[in-house]
Amino acid sequence: MRTSVKQWMVAACLCLSMTKSVLAQDDELAQLACDLGADDHELLQAAVERLGRRPEPAALHILEALRDGTLRLDVHGRALIADKQTGALRDALTGQAAGAADGVLKTPLVNNSLRRTLTPTIAELQLRSADAATRLAAADSLSKGSDEKLVPAMRAALAREPDPAVRKLLRVALALIDVTSSDPRQRIAAVRAMRDSGDIGFKVRLATLLERGSDGKYREPEAAVRNAAGEAISTIENQELVTRVLRDLFYGLSLGSVLLLAALGLAITFGLMRVINMAHGEMLMLGAYATYVAQLTFQKYAPAALDWYLALAVPLAFCTCMAIGMLLERSVIRFLYGRPLETLLATWGISLILIQTVRLLFGAQNVSVANPSWLAGAIEPMTGVVLPYNRLATIAFVTAVVLLLAFVLNRTSLGLSVRAITQNRAMAGCMGIPTARIDMLTFGLGSGIAGLGGVALSQLGNVGPELGQLYIVDSFMVVVVGGVGKVVGSVVAALGLGEVNKLLEPFAGAVLGKILVLGFVVLFIQRRPQGLFALKGRAAES
Amino acid sequence: MSVARTKELLRTLHSPAQWLALALGFAAFASVPAFNGLVPAGAALHLSDELLPLLGKFLCYALVALAMDLVWGYTGVLSLGHAVFFALGGYAMGMHLMRVIGTAGVYRSQLPDFMVFLDWKELPWYWHGFQHFAFAASMALLVPGVLALVFGFFAFRSRIRGVYFSIITQALTYALMLLMFRNDTGFGGNNGLTDFKRLLGYPLADQATKRGLYLASLLALLLGYLVCRYVVTSKLGRVLLALRDAESRIMFSGYNPFHYKLLVWTLSAVLCGLAGALYVPQVGIINPSELAPSNSIELAIWVAVGGRGTLVGAVIGALLVNGMKSWLTGAYPELWLYALGALFVGVTLFLPKGLAGAFDLRRVRKSGVNVDPQVAEVVAPPSLPPRPEPSEPQPREPTRRDNLAGET
Repeated sequence: MRTSVKQWMVAACLCLSMTKSVLAQDDELAQLACDLGADDHELLQAAVERLGRRPEPAALHILEALRDGTLRLDVHGRALIADKQTGALRDALTGQAAGAADGVLKTPLVNNSLRRTLTPTIAELQLRSADAATRLAAADSLSKGSDEKLVPAMRAALAREPDPAVRKLLRVALALIDVTSSDPRQRIAAVRAMRDSGDIGFKVRLATLLERGSDGKYREPEAAVRNAAGEAISTIENQELVTRVLRDLFYGLSLGSVLLLAALGLAITFGLMRVINMAHGEMLMLGAYATYVAQLTFQKYAPAALDWYLALAVPLAFCTCMAIGMLLERSVIRFLYGRPLETLLATWGISLILIQTVRLLFGAQNVSVANPSWLAGAIEPMTGVVLPYNRLATIAFVTAVVLLLAFVLNRTSLGLSVRAITQNRAMAGCMGIPTARIDMLTFGLGSGIAGLGGVALSQLGNVGPELGQLYIVDSFMVVVVGGVGKVVGSVVAALGLGEVNKLLEPFAGAVLGKILVLGFVVLFIQRRPQGLFALKGRAAES
Repeated sequence: MSVARTKELLRTLHSPAQWLALALGFAAFASVPAFNGLVPAGAALHLSDELLPLLGKFLCYALVALAMDLVWGYTGVLSLGHAVFFALGGYAMGMHLMRVIGTAGVYRSQLPDFMVFLDWKELPWYWHGFQHFAFAASMALLVPGVLALVFGFFAFRSRIRGVYFSIITQALTYALMLLMFRNDTGFGGNNGLTDFKRLLGYPLADQATKRGLYLASLLALLLGYLVCRYVVTSKLGRVLLALRDAESRIMFSGYNPFHYKLLVWTLSAVLCGLAGALYVPQVGIINPSELAPSNSIELAIWVAVGGRGTLVGAVIGALLVNGMKSWLTGAYPELWLYALGALFVGVTLFLPKGLAGAFDLRRVRKSGVNVDPQVAEVVAPPSLPPRPEPSEPQPREPTRRDNLAGET
């Protein structure tokens, strides 16, 4: 121990002479960094405090490294920062890689009393940083609890801070301290600041202001402060409600859009052929597995472009499902026209076969489909409302598919034929529309859209052989509510059911919410047996 | 009832030859427990202890199939939620069996084990009374009946039919399954009710009790069959058939389909409840998986395989399909879903009248009626008195070719 003290005293002296020549640009900083190696506690403390007053970003880096235990000093007293993972050394002053160090490295000792100085010093430095992100992070950590010693620094920072987000957080941080102040006006201001932050975390703190002590008197003597606290709590609660409703609305929209893709094909084929395709859910599942296959293909043959596997997945899912759908129509369903209940059973049988085939091919376990990196992450337009990119992308994707489908149905000759057959099959046939071919194509189209739904689903949840079974009942509900043959009916029904589901969840729980929705649908078709957007006229009765 | 009227009734139900066949069939099934109880173990004809409850289980399924045939085969209402009534009957019986365990459970508490596990202090109100067998038995019939009545009232009143009705019933069973999966609902949640000990004082583990339950199931099946047979051979049955074939025409003739459908639907549900109540003590467990939508659909295929609108066909179908399932899931588990799927597709495509229909096809052809598969559906089962020659084209579900032009 004694030798090391001596050695470092020598090194410290060396610093004095060396820095002038070697590190002339900011020798004082280097000197301070060198002082951090001192074993003398007071010297160390003083060095930290003086570093805390330096304007250079390097000073902050050094202190942070000191706090994190990654600061090293070589025998020349040069400050180095070790990378947390690799241990690679960087020069603390220049930030450049330092290469192999000379001799034994010293790690400065940080005891508790130094840590107490260090934390506010770093915070203060961070608040003075020229980098807005650093200031924001500092203010954020301060707003979760800070030190009274920092109050002057925070006030000074607040006065010069241009960024509104940082200002808001600083006010919150100050409010947390001011609320214990002896000046009632300051307490009221603090309560208001908490209210303006809209952070639900303050509810508990504010509620303590309204509590009574064991003697029956309010802990908070001033009525004005209590009133302000009560008002602040209700404001925060309102805001919380708004946030929650917005979040539920968004998740409802996301759920509804997936339901929409699942139900669109069902509604079209039901409108056109009056058959319920129980294997429709399996088309979703196959679409999701097509995505999985696309991902595997990219992993194997083009790992560099893995982020773009969806570009293959979308056409692959659509084509696979369309082909299987057309095959189904040709081989089974066309023989069952006019017998809707039998079609229901036969397609159920097909769904069992598809499920078992997928189980044998891919295993009964869920497979993992990863979001491409550009779909990972989320935006947060306001506190508490987190919108993940994958859900946003799903909504955009569904919108595009629906628009495309609306275009096909309303602006192409295939669409014209489909609409004609939906209205009056016999008459359409008389007018020369090849009804059998249109049936096949439409069935394929509906299945293909379900396949696209599978691509969307694979980005949101698990992919397993039973995936389709989860959605089939819900998509039938969409068809029942929305009526058949009209895209707009399906859109309104799917989004409506998705929203109702998600909005009911917080009050009734997921399961009861679902049961309520099913009950609602049963009652709904009492009133509108043909769905929301029934086709008018003679076609409506059959 | 006078002797003459009884004779009259018996004649309406079956011809003497049919009565004989029925009696023989019943005797055959009734003698099955003897092969378990009287034939010593190890003998060639000995029925193993595992097989007997399995057969008993099949008989309960057959009763459900009968009930299904009544609403689907005769009335044209395809329910994809019949497992609901079966499971409710089962739960009622399960609750009784749970209550009579008393303090013999794992936790030595008066409460059923799962309630102790959930830290419940007292019995929920809807569990009261189930310690009495008579109460539980009547609930096993009443609860499905009342649910069917309420549900049917709303559904049939607004003339929900065809696939819409099927979908709604599927939603019903789905919703009930979700409800039963919750622990808070108070029916054991995921695990359901199990670990039963005795029924009416007889230990369920005893082979003798199992034989008794088997015979009870057989009797229930016979009773159910006779009730269904009575319904379909009565005037009511004729209306039901007409309802299936041309509902609009029935309405124009002054009948209100609502009442007929509601009656048959409720009766069917009660039969399912009875089957469920007999099923649970034999398999020893009732849990929400019985309510899975797939179970109800499977039920439809039993009826379709045997032949819709024949009653006997439903029983045969249920026994056959379940026998095949037991064998295949044991021998080739990965093939079972393929077989079931193929059964669904094959029967609907190639055997629209099921096995019973395949046997009868020749006789129908001889009588000179068109046997185009679509029309064959509406030909009355040959066991019924011949229908008057239709003076108009065959009434039937609107088909692909005439669905719009014909009906409206």
